[in-house]
Order: sequence, then C-alpha cells, then structure tokens
Amino acid sequence: MIESPAIAHPGVLHRELGLTDDEYDRIVATLGREPSGPELAMYSVMWSEHCSYKSSRIHLKQFGDLPGKERMLAGIGENAGVVDVGDGIAVTFKVESHNHPSYVEPYQGAATGVGGIIRDILAMGARPIAVMDSLRFGDADAADTGRVMPGIVAGVGGYGNCMGLPNIGGEVGFDPSYAGNPLVNALCIGVLPAARLQTSAATGAGNAVVLLGAKTGRDGIGGVSVLASASFDETGAPARRPSVQVGDPFTEKIVTECVLELYERELVIGVQDLGGAGLSCAISETAAKAGTGMDVDLDRVPLREASMAPEEVLVSESQERMLAIVAPELLPQVRDLAARWGVLASVIGTVTDTGRLIVRWQGSVVVDVPPGSLADDGPVYTRPMRPRPPLPAADLARPAPDALGPLLLRMLADPQLCSRRWVTEQYDRYVLGNTVLAAPDDAGVIRLEPGSGRGVALALDGPARFCALDPYTGAQLALAESYRNVAASGAVPYAVTDCLNFGSPEEPEVMWAFAETCRGLADGCRTLGLPVTGGNVSFYNSTGGTAILPTPVIGVMGLFDDVEMRTPTGFAAEGDCVLLLGETADEFGGSAWSWIVHRHLGGQPPTVDLERERQLAGVLVAGSRDGLLTAAHDISDGGLATTLAEMCLRYGYGARIELAEGSDPFVELFSESAGRAVVAVPRSQEQRFTALCEARGVPWRRIGVVDGPPAASPTLQVAGVLSMSVADLREAYEGTLPALLGALAP
Amino acid sequence: MASPPAHGYSERLPRIGVVTFPGSLDDRDALRAVQLAGAEAVPLWHADSDLGRVDAVVLPGGFSYGDYLRAGAIARFSPVIAALVDAARDGLPVLGICNGFQVLCEAGLLPGALTRNAGLRFVCRDQLLRVGTTGTYWTREYARGSHVLIPVKHGDGRYVADPATISQLEAEDRIVMRYAGGNPNGSLADIAGVCSADGRIVGLMPHPEHAVETLTGPSEDGLAMFVSAVSTPVAA
Repeated sequence: MIESPAIAHPGVLHRELGLTDDEYDRIVATLGREPSGPELAMYSVMWSEHCSYKSSRIHLKQFGDLPGKERMLAGIGENAGVVDVGDGIAVTFKVESHNHPSYVEPYQGAATGVGGIIRDILAMGARPIAVMDSLRFGDADAADTGRVMPGIVAGVGGYGNCMGLPNIGGEVGFDPSYAGNPLVNALCIGVLPAARLQTSAATGAGNAVVLLGAKTGRDGIGGVSVLASASFDETGAPARRPSVQVGDPFTEKIVTECVLELYERELVIGVQDLGGAGLSCAISETAAKAGTGMDVDLDRVPLREASMAPEEVLVSESQERMLAIVAPELLPQVRDLAARWGVLASVIGTVTDTGRLIVRWQGSVVVDVPPGSLADDGPVYTRPMRPRPPLPAADLARPAPDALGPLLLRMLADPQLCSRRWVTEQYDRYVLGNTVLAAPDDAGVIRLEPGSGRGVALALDGPARFCALDPYTGAQLALAESYRNVAASGAVPYAVTDCLNFGSPEEPEVMWAFAETCRGLADGCRTLGLPVTGGNVSFYNSTGGTAILPTPVIGVMGLFDDVEMRTPTGFAAEGDCVLLLGETADEFGGSAWSWIVHRHLGGQPPTVDLERERQLAGVLVAGSRDGLLTAAHDISDGGLATTLAEMCLRYGYGARIELAEGSDPFVELFSESAGRAVVAVPRSQEQRFTALCEARGVPWRRIGVVDGPPAASPTLQVAGVLSMSVADLREAYEGTLPALLGALAP
Repeated sequence: MASPPAHGYSERLPRIGVVTFPGSLDDRDALRAVQLAGAEAVPLWHADSDLGRVDAVVLPGGFSYGDYLRAGAIARFSPVIAALVDAARDGLPVLGICNGFQVLCEAGLLPGALTRNAGLRFVCRDQLLRVGTTGTYWTREYARGSHVLIPVKHGDGRYVADPATISQLEAEDRIVMRYAGGNPNGSLADIAGVCSADGRIVGLMPHPEHAVETLTGPSEDGLAMFVSAVSTPVAA
C-alpha cells in the first residue's frame, strides 16, 4: 500500500507536467486513488509524447505489416530492430533524434544523442560498430548557426571519437526553418551472433535488478522539473539544474565493454538501457514486458547528490547507465567483472511475481502501480488532420546557356551543396579498422569481420524540401535516395530505419504531413520489399509557432557478400566510359537550383517510380558484384552537374561529357529527376554492362569519358556548355564551410 | 581478455604486446597490424605489471581513462606503464601511437609534449608524411626522404618542445616522420613522430595500424612500421 502522501494540489500539477485533465483522470482510475508525487512524475514522463508515441502510434502501425518480416529477429517496440543476415550473424541499427537538447546546449545535446543510440544498440546484445549522423541547421551564414553548428559537430565527434566508433557518413542540411530548432539525428549500427540476442524482459521472480554505470544526478530532468522545484520550495534543496544531459563517453566505453563481456559469459537474463525517462522507463518496461513485478529501493541507487528527491531519481536522464536482470547466484561474477572494468554495479531491486511495480524511498513505499500502465497503456490519440494547401509553383527565370559554367560554380559553393569536409574531418572514420567507405561516398560501408567478405552499407537521407511540397511523395523520395545510395555502393538493400522530425502534432496540417509521410514510407517499403525495423518520432520541432520542414530521415541498410567488390563514388581511371542511367525530365520543384538561385520553394517535387528505382538498384548491385564498375554516384541535390563535379573531385580526375543532341542543357545538368545515377565503366566492360542495363530495362546513355590523371590538371568539360578545371571546382566546393566556420587546421 | 599463452609459438616469432587501457580504442587494430606483419600479438592489460615476456610493446591510440585531465596524464601512473618504463630503460622497444605517444611523453620516455591542435578541433584526414630517420627499431623498413600516406585522427596532436630540445632532436636525427603537404595540428617543425636516443622507443601521432590494407585504409604504408619490428632479430 502506498505510504507516500498524495500530491498536494491535484488538478494543477499534472498540467504543469504536460498531462491533460483526461490523462490525469485515467491515472486516478488506474490506481483507484490520487497518485503520489513520484507516481505522477513517472506517469508524466512515460505518457509524454517522447516515450509513449501517443500521437504517432496509430500511424506507425502500418510499418508492422511490411515485406521482409521473416528476416527480423526483433522489430518496432524494441530498443532497436535486429535483422538476421545469415551465417548466424545479426545486425541491429536505428536512428534517433536529439533535437531539442542540441539547441539548448549544442555540444552536450549532440554528444548525448550519440551516446543514447549506442546504448540502444548495445541493449540488443550487439557490439556497436559504427555511427552516422543527419544534421539540420538554419541558414549557414546565420549568426546562431555559428553557435549551434560547431558545437553540435564537435559533440557528435567528441562522443563517437572517444567511444571508438567510426563515423561513416550522413548528411548536413541548411534551411531557415531549423534556425531555432536544429536537428540532430544519430544512427548506430551493431553486430551480434544471432543467438546472443538480448531481451529486455525482467523474468524470474527473485532475480536481482542491477544498475550498471554512471551515478544518477540532477541532469536531464526535463518534464518533472516543475515538480522537483515545487518540492524544493518546501525542503530548501538547491535550485534545479539545466535539463540537458551531460555526456561521459569514457564511462560509456567501459560500460559497453563490461556489458559485452556480461553477454559473452551469459551472466544476464535481461537488459535495458536508460535513456528517455531514465529509471522510470527501464524498470516499468522490463517488468511490463515480462508480465512480472518489481521491487525497487531508491536508496540503493548511487547518487551524485544525496539530497535528490525520489521524483528526481526516477526521472533523471543521467547518461551511461544500463539495467541488467541477473540471477542471484551469478551476482558475485557480475560484480567482479564490473569491478575489473571500473564500472559501478548496484543491486537496486528484485523481480517479483506480484504484477506491481513497488518503489521504496527512505523506507516508505512511494510508488505502487501496475508496470504495464506506465509502459504500454499510455493514451493513444487520433489527432485531427487537415491537408496543407500546396505551395504554389513560380515561373522562375532560367539561366542563359552560356551562364551554366558560373552557375555550377555558384551551386557547388553554396552551403546547400558544398563539401562537408569541415564536418566529417572532425569524425574518426578509421577506428576499429573495418571502414571500407565513408563520407563523402554515397554510403558508409563496414566490413563485418576481418577475413570474411561480409559487409554492411548504410545511407541516411532526408530531402526536406520535397517533403514540404508533398509529404507522401517526399517520404518516398527520401526512401528512394537512401536506397539508391546503398545500391550505388554495391550493397543489396535489406532493411529500413527512420527518424521522423515534425512540428507540433496538435497542428492539424503538421499531423496531416506526418500521416502522409508514414503512408508514403509504408507504401514505398512495400514496393521495394523492405521492412522498417524501427525508428523514432520527434514532434514539437517548431519555433515561434512555425514548424520545421517535415523532415523524415530515412536510413537504408544493405548487405555485401564480398565487400571487396564495393564501388566508390569517384572517377578513378582515365579513359573509363561515363554512363548516365535513368531518364531526365524537367523537374525543378524543391530543387537545389530553385532554392539557391531564387530562394523559392514551391510546385511539385520530382515524380518517384519505385519500380524503376528497384531496376536501377539491380543494375548497380550486379555491376558492382561482377566488377564492371569503377565508380557509381547517385544523382540527387543539384542534378547531374553536381554529381559529375563530385565524381571528379573525389580523386582529382576530369571528364569530357556530351549531352544528348537537342536537349536543354540546363534541364539535363540541373534537374533533380529521381531514379538516376552516373557510373564509370572500363571500356573492356562497357558491352557487358550495357547488356545488363538492356536486360533489366534500365535506360542508359554513354555521356562521356573520364579524363585525367590528377597530375595533368584535368578539366570537367560539357561540350558546348562549360569547361572548368577540377582545381577551380575544388576551390568553389571546399572553401565555403571553412570560410563561415573557421579553418580546421592552420 | 584471455591471458596470452606462455609458450606455444615458434621462438623465432617475435611477441609484440599491445596494451589495453580503459578507453583504448585502436588496440584491436594494433593487434591486427602486428599479426599482419607476422608477429605474435599479445594483449596486455593496464592493471598488470606483467609484460608477458614480450619482445616489444605497442601503446595504441584512444583516450586512456577518458583523458579528461590531459592526454596520457593518468595512464602514465598505471601499473603497466611503471613496468614498461623500467623495461624500456633496459632496452625494450616501444611504439606509441597517438594516445600512446602522449603517454610516452607524459612518462618521460620521449621528450616534448602534445598539446591541443592549433585549430582547436579534432582532425581526421589522410596525411602525407615524409620519412626522417630510419635508424630506429620501428622504421628500418622505410626509405629516408620517401613519402607515405597514413591517417591522422586526434584533437591533441600539436608537438611542442623548447627550442633546445627541437635542435637536439634535429641534430641527433631523432625525427621519425614529418607532416608534408600541410600540417594538421600546428606541430613545431612539422614533427609527426620522434624517437629515443637509442632509436628503440618511437612515438608518432599518425596511425600506421590504419594503413595496413587498402580495403580499410588509404594505403599499406603503415605496415612497414610493424614489419620493421618483426625483421629485427629476437634476442634469445
């Protein structure tokens, strides 16, 4: 029986914690009484949008019924989805947002975003093997971007570098809608023996509940801060701390090594990371999942400050903590192992068969609730929706034919398209020794085991302008781009994760865009034959009532049987044939050109034909596998001209290109039609490769030849249209971010 | 980590130890590079004073103990480093890579110090280097004056020392490698690595263990560093 007094002011406090009156009534109905303060704190964080997915759940349901389910060992609802990749090996990967904290405190917000997703991967039983990140900022030259961006990049790098995980790619975008609300989406991928898959269920009455890792402090107390400060007024405790968590990657590193060794020695029954909602989430979810109960003694939780209130201990989001369920007879071994790694291990409770989650503090019961009421029975809403009126197209002035050379230089130098080297050079891409491809290649590629040919490829894409114009099509374009990037590296696309970043779900137009995005993504995955294995929704990304562009960031993971056969993006041999795959239409809605040159966003995004994407991917994968390609690069932002320039810049080769006779060079070079790629093929393989294209119904055209070598100061020439040295292209491409943000090296 | 087998390999195969501190990151890569070079790779643990009868030791990259105080400042007090300092003074060859170089400087086995990069940011890039002295245990397989491509990745890699020390290093031909085609961190005299007076202890910021196979590195130029150690006769 609860021994803690009911809250002092029912009818007021819950609103300040973000719960509606209906939600509060539901808590009272569940408990048959008013909740205690600690209980209210737990419900407020567990029933928050962030933890309960109350607005998104009905839309996410459609991801549960996609093809490829048979390859999934764990799916949506787990810490991360796990796919079987054969030979007893499984791969787990997920992308998650840490947007709001990163605006308040860029370095720590971004760092702990990386730390959080790593623990999700670890909790599945996997060794994390790489990270990626998708970042969005306000305009690159805006004053606040100069504050936010260096901090976020340093935070992503600082955490991943110190954890020893290679950062293999991702993307960076700029748009004024992110000025007060940058996006930090972090992805982690891990590998595990399929038999080592871990569960987060707290089974077996009598088993010990062990908290591993960092002490619990007052950092990361968000939703409950009001409650905490209210109780401080009475007790005179210190003022509440800022709500952003502080990362300690060294502790995460030793916790990771320790937990991996616990798995190897089969010392744990269940495991769960502590992320959003901290201990509240971990204890309620593990008990709910097993259908058991749990007795937890908060006095056994190691604290950074002894004066913390029980509410604070329950909802603190202090980082670098894991919860393990351990059989009592194995506790000495767990303690020894933790001590060897210098990791704190504290038995904080016991699994019970009561079906109640009981929490004690200073000898009194302060929480007595059914764990499922916190973890599973949160509110679910069908929010009102209203289609957003289309953004009108405009008759934008197009450049004269002789202005296309200068236009290309302008586009390459624009923050929308310029080199991301300033960002990616702050990330260690080599550690662990298995990085085969990394940014700026289309996909990051990791060898799974030295000595075996197996590898994985990953790409992250979120073309937000397309999504703003038509969220259904935009989601499919995001999926198509990520899918194409993975195929361009030579990997067979295998599974999908997503991070859906939107404004307020209480805005009907935002909710409509979200629903359309989910529908587009689910339909797209169905056509491509891919499962969505998990992901994350981030709502309330808006500033002063203005929402960010709808930004679904889609991660596609692909597989290699023989990673030696990967295809990089850059031209690498003089004399290779340059082929354009796919068809080009006059499509400039949402394009880089209309934004860079006219600052215009309107009209329709490019059409997407996923059946064609599938055929194109088949050609790219087969061409890689058979060794027919020396380079492959997808065409997306900036069109063919940008793709060709990037292929030249990668290794310093040039190219001589001829456009189709009678075509409009501006459309050919700058349109952003989907379903296209450029490949380089040795002359000796050209016939074989074009026969492959014919057989698979992929339109192809030979558009030129690779020029070089780098020592010969080559040029990129488009006959009758433009000719510029690769050195000039490089100057335009590389100079922008260092000029805005400061050079990395002297 | 399992203890290394005491015997079980040909006595001709050199045993090269790689130390793992809490926070070591490139330890597995260093072990792999040692094996690729044809030596027996022996994992060593920071809390052990026992160096496992190895013929040489590699201190790998990473952030030992988190390096929150100053890179390498805590690691120098570890049991394994105490043992290593004694053994190195008796001639045990040691290669310190990145964090390992920082530890060697902190431990007083190499002169100078590694401070925050001049650009104040972590830098990861494929770095061109010019080979200096080849009269060391770890560089005899290189050609003096040749250029090699090896990744750098560090936030605290700016080599500094007082002018007299720099002059002495130059005069005694103890600069192992210098940055070429751009200095990534502002190191004095473009110094990327130095050695002890007897050439048995080498420290360098670039990561030769990440340039041992073309699939996963920018070149195979780093392998010669480990092969140099293998090609040195093992004392009986």
